[in-house]
Amino acid sequence: MGTKNTVLFNEHVKLNALMAPFAGWNMPIHYGSIIEEAKHTRSACTVFDICHMGEFYVTDDPAKPSLDAAITNPVAKMKNLTCRYGFLLNANGTVIDDLIAYRMADDRWMIVVNASNIDRDAGAISSKLSKEAAFENVSERTAKLDVQGPQSLAVMKRLVGDSIKKLKYFTFDTFDFLGGKYIISRTGYTGELGFEVYTDAAKAPELWNWFLKQPGVKPAGLGARDILRLEAGLPLYGDELTGETTPLDAGMEKFLDFEKDFTGREALLKQKKSGVARTLTGLLAEGRRQPRHLNKIVKDGREAGFVTSGVFSPHLNKAIAFAYVDRGMAIDGTELTVVLEKGETKAVVTTPPFIKNTSIKYREE
Amino acid sequence: MGVPAGYFFTREHEWVKIDGNRAKVGISDYAQHKLGDITFVDLPTAGKQVKQFEVLTGIESVKAASDIYAPVSGKVTAVNSALESAPEAVNKDPYNSGWMVELEITNTAETANLMDSAAYDAYVAGLE
Repeated sequence: MGTKNTVLFNEHVKLNALMAPFAGWNMPIHYGSIIEEAKHTRSACTVFDICHMGEFYVTDDPAKPSLDAAITNPVAKMKNLTCRYGFLLNANGTVIDDLIAYRMADDRWMIVVNASNIDRDAGAISSKLSKEAAFENVSERTAKLDVQGPQSLAVMKRLVGDSIKKLKYFTFDTFDFLGGKYIISRTGYTGELGFEVYTDAAKAPELWNWFLKQPGVKPAGLGARDILRLEAGLPLYGDELTGETTPLDAGMEKFLDFEKDFTGREALLKQKKSGVARTLTGLLAEGRRQPRHLNKIVKDGREAGFVTSGVFSPHLNKAIAFAYVDRGMAIDGTELTVVLEKGETKAVVTTPPFIKNTSIKYREE
Repeated sequence: MGVPAGYFFTREHEWVKIDGNRAKVGISDYAQHKLGDITFVDLPTAGKQVKQFEVLTGIESVKAASDIYAPVSGKVTAVNSALESAPEAVNKDPYNSGWMVELEITNTAETANLMDSAAYDAYVAGLE
């Protein structure tokens, strides 16, 4: 299967983006400088092409949705126009994907999933739905742009009007403008105040260019997105979350609703009793040298874990990473050694987020 | 950015600029562009001896860690310590303030194994 282009491919080419394959898609990595784009997001406003991600619609029984058993999110308890983060799991509790569920109406949900997993997720979810439920994969015709940064609210106000101000963190609504319909949620993957905008693929180029004409708004690629999500302490499917790890390994129990039945529940209850062997933690490196995917971690000459992902944080001027380490070592302040491709670096166990007091805490007066 | 005159280049995209028995070493604009934002330059200690095309030091970018090879043989006499806190100079100004290491050299004939600016320009054009 060839690499796919998003509907914004021509816009990226016009902007001289460095394009590279990611999750089967030809995606912009940066438009000049990953670090400058990460900094711009924390100081102003950035727009990301996230059209590669997948979207499903599920129509189901409002009182006892069969969707409830497919994913860990408490879909039956969610209020309308709210979003919840959760997981799609294997029976043994390991992660098929992480996702966000949007409750559109009493009987309707949108599920947003990772690009690399769209087909697998569609199969796993739809196979668990009742005959009465309807499942639709709208990924191909749905575009998604993320607008993130302290100035994102002001930008969105110019686009949508004052009604955007009513969106609280992890809520959404549908808006009409530029002759189209848009689902906008106050969510994101950067740790900043921000919005995710879903619309028909055909509307995406016009919307993208509208954003880029706004003062203070710049495009950013997946390179900056990776730095930002790591600084914010947000895991990535494929690095921190895999078919080898459970949400308990990742320290993400709060996204599991054990009061309901879901695939993987029994295995996770068992793991909860026995405890995890290794757990996901943050690492703050002593300097600029970057721990990278699968670098070994050593403590007192003994192997104690491995790095899942690492970046140079331009906001801390140090490298940061996520790693799975032996349970006893996942205590803030523990000093570990990361074995790099060449040489090594010291790092200190640090509970993420690495960057605090960002604009994400914004509340409308 | 064009390739400036008066520099010699390796096939691995290091440059050397020779002034008497001193040679400054860095990486080309093509290399910094390919590597992306440079986040760390491992500056060698003064006195280190290195032979032509041996590993001189290493650099890291947002994308990868890479070796830097010595374009000529010599002894490290100085390093660009400004890169410790601001390695982005390698991206912004690779041929001047982005220099990494100064070597004391004894054999200027080694430049015969390198490309001059015009040859490197053509070499890079062939890689695109």
